Amino acid sequence: MPKLIVSPAPHLRRNDSVRKVMIDVLLALLPATLWSIWNFGHRALILCILGVVGAELIELFIMRVLRKRTDFISDGSAAVTGLLLALNVSSTLPWYLLLLGLFFALGVGKHVYGGLGHNPFNPALVGRVFLMISFPIEMTRFEIPRAWALGEAVTGASPAQWEGIYTGATPLGLLQGGGFERASNQFSYGDLFFGNIGGSLGEISALMLLIGCVYLIIRMRIKLLVPISYIGSVLLMTSVFFGMDGTQFGSPLFHILSGGLMLGALYMATDMVTSPSSMKGQLIFGIGCGIVTVLIRLFSGMPEGVSYSILIMNAFKPIIDRYTRPRILGQQRIKPKEVRSNG
Amino acid sequence: MPLHTFRGGIHPPDRKILSEDCSHEVMPPPLRAVVFLSQHIGRDAQSVLEPGQEVKTGELIAKHSGVISAPIHSPVTGKLLEITKVFHPVHQKPMEAWVIERTSEDVIDQMEPMNAFDQFPKEVLYQRILEAGIVGMGGAAFPAHAKYIEAMKKPIEYLMINAAECEPYLTTDYRMMLEFPHEIIQGIRILLRVLGAKKALIGVEDNKPKAIEEMKKATNSDPSIEVKVLRTKYPQGAEKQLIKALLNREVPVGSFPFSVGAIVHNVATCIAIARAVVDGTPLYERGMTFTGEGVNTPKNLIVRIGTPIQDVIDFAGGWKGELSKVIMGGPMMGIALPSTEIPVMKGTSGILLLEPSQKSPLAEQSCINCGYCIHACPMGLLPNELAKLAKNRKYDQAVELGLMNCCECGSCAYQCPSKIEHVKHFKLAKKVYQTLKGGK
Repeated sequence: MPKLIVSPAPHLRRNDSVRKVMIDVLLALLPATLWSIWNFGHRALILCILGVVGAELIELFIMRVLRKRTDFISDGSAAVTGLLLALNVSSTLPWYLLLLGLFFALGVGKHVYGGLGHNPFNPALVGRVFLMISFPIEMTRFEIPRAWALGEAVTGASPAQWEGIYTGATPLGLLQGGGFERASNQFSYGDLFFGNIGGSLGEISALMLLIGCVYLIIRMRIKLLVPISYIGSVLLMTSVFFGMDGTQFGSPLFHILSGGLMLGALYMATDMVTSPSSMKGQLIFGIGCGIVTVLIRLFSGMPEGVSYSILIMNAFKPIIDRYTRPRILGQQRIKPKEVRSNG
Repeated sequence: MPLHTFRGGIHPPDRKILSEDCSHEVMPPPLRAVVFLSQHIGRDAQSVLEPGQEVKTGELIAKHSGVISAPIHSPVTGKLLEITKVFHPVHQKPMEAWVIERTSEDVIDQMEPMNAFDQFPKEVLYQRILEAGIVGMGGAAFPAHAKYIEAMKKPIEYLMINAAECEPYLTTDYRMMLEFPHEIIQGIRILLRVLGAKKALIGVEDNKPKAIEEMKKATNSDPSIEVKVLRTKYPQGAEKQLIKALLNREVPVGSFPFSVGAIVHNVATCIAIARAVVDGTPLYERGMTFTGEGVNTPKNLIVRIGTPIQDVIDFAGGWKGELSKVIMGGPMMGIALPSTEIPVMKGTSGILLLEPSQKSPLAEQSCINCGYCIHACPMGLLPNELAKLAKNRKYDQAVELGLMNCCECGSCAYQCPSKIEHVKHFKLAKKVYQTLKGGK
């Protein structure tokens, strides 16, 4: 008689794992990654590879050496954080700053809380905001798309000239500096949608991000109500402001297609660990992100506010979860009064 | 018309194809039967005989004690050897069991047949169901008569027949519907009389078209019995989910189906009731599925209660390759057995042999809050939060969040990409909580 395995029910498990979740997210980011490499050339390639490989190595170091988990095997979550951070920086960012950002993202953003699943904030965004605050110039010097095609013409240009030719304003930067008319003259909606604009690696093409999102929807890896309510609320709010003053504020479509909104709404706000799970919770979370994003974009000194808005709403996740618990089957909706009388 | 269903649930591979075309074969009585005195939920039965006494098949060997309890009958004709302690898979500890040696062919000790059951008052029928030792045969083994106590005082509206058989692999209920549809309908008519119910609803999942057809035929357009088609989804056969799907009523938290005017029975229980009343045969055998990737020939069998699982395996043709796991019941809620010497019980709806590749997965990883478990939970609970609380021994908080409503269906653990053993944590937490509160 062979020795029988005794284990708790259920004895059937879906063929799924954390690693498969992470690989799906990486695959979904592939179109946007390839598009960034096409537009920003070898610098983008290096940053993306460094992001993925560097993040995995840093996590391995943190787990095996600092946290002494000698049995640690990668679950792929660091690679997602790494790629997302790489897609959230400018192609001109020096590679060692990306590495620094990764250290901060994984160390302070994730492992000080206990690692995957315990972090209150999206680690990639923690890394991005750290870089943004510490190295604002390097983070906001954006290459124009396909600048490498100009390569031959400007050999021997001085660094200052180089800057003038190769870099340019982002749509949101221009909107804040020069108003909607100037911004919309320089960038057509087509440019914004397909991604013929400057910006962080992964945020430029709404199309590529949406293609990846379709994959996530098919694989059921996305909390879909978050991006719907996020983008929807941005659309609604900017419509109101655009109606009030069409020269100062951008059009709703301009707002949702430019900056990091698509990347943020589809891939960062939907981070499983840091967003609510219930339908109602996802709605509240997404609307909150939308409101904060629009307020920062329109009324602060910064052109863009997606990262901050998601981080702020991350902080509200536990309380949103608490107030959007599903109703237990057979439980009556209890009026607040009754709760009080029952003590 | 949309199919009846409930909120939540999962779609595991059903693997019923292994055994769905196998008619029930009757397995001969075992040479040595081991009959637990604890066959059901509630109080154990009390032995009424002494070692050395001769018994006939169907003779009472232990009587019920208390309300939620049922009598037990000898599954073989032979001699009582001794009461010994055998590992009980439900209680997970050694429990008392009668060991009975078979000495001759069956001599059946029948009760008086009640062919014309509609001539008898409901109290007589109720008494017969009690005396025949009928328990819920879907797996939980709740003494059948105990479900009717409320209904005897005040008639209920609906008798619900669970023919969903939502557990993967198992096909015994399905085969029963194809092979014994008239006995099922007979059982239903008896129950309608006992309960004073006006209507019986038979819920069958839409992946069993043949069974739906057979049952519809067998009702013979009796307006009081209706076959309802359910969407195939696990755990559609759970009591509260069946009531939600068919009546759109919710059994209040902490209450029982009769509070919404319904009583739920499994098809196999209906057959047992029909036999007890019409033939006067007490419950000493049952149908079960012998299946899994690890068996040579999947089968549906009629097996005597108390037959050691090893006998069943030998009779049915053994296992192939390397055996790693033997499960009593279905793969979602069944119990992995430490030994094949454990006997079949009244609630054993299947024996499942799995291959080493199907053993349980890796260590638990951290919860990534994917929410799959929340959308899978048929009770509307938060399995992710509950598992964290249970693991951190915050039992009071877990109970506040509704832990006690968990039906242990395993949908959450099935879905979990982090391989968290939700059900294990919940069972333990419930037990500890009840112990701390001074319950049993």
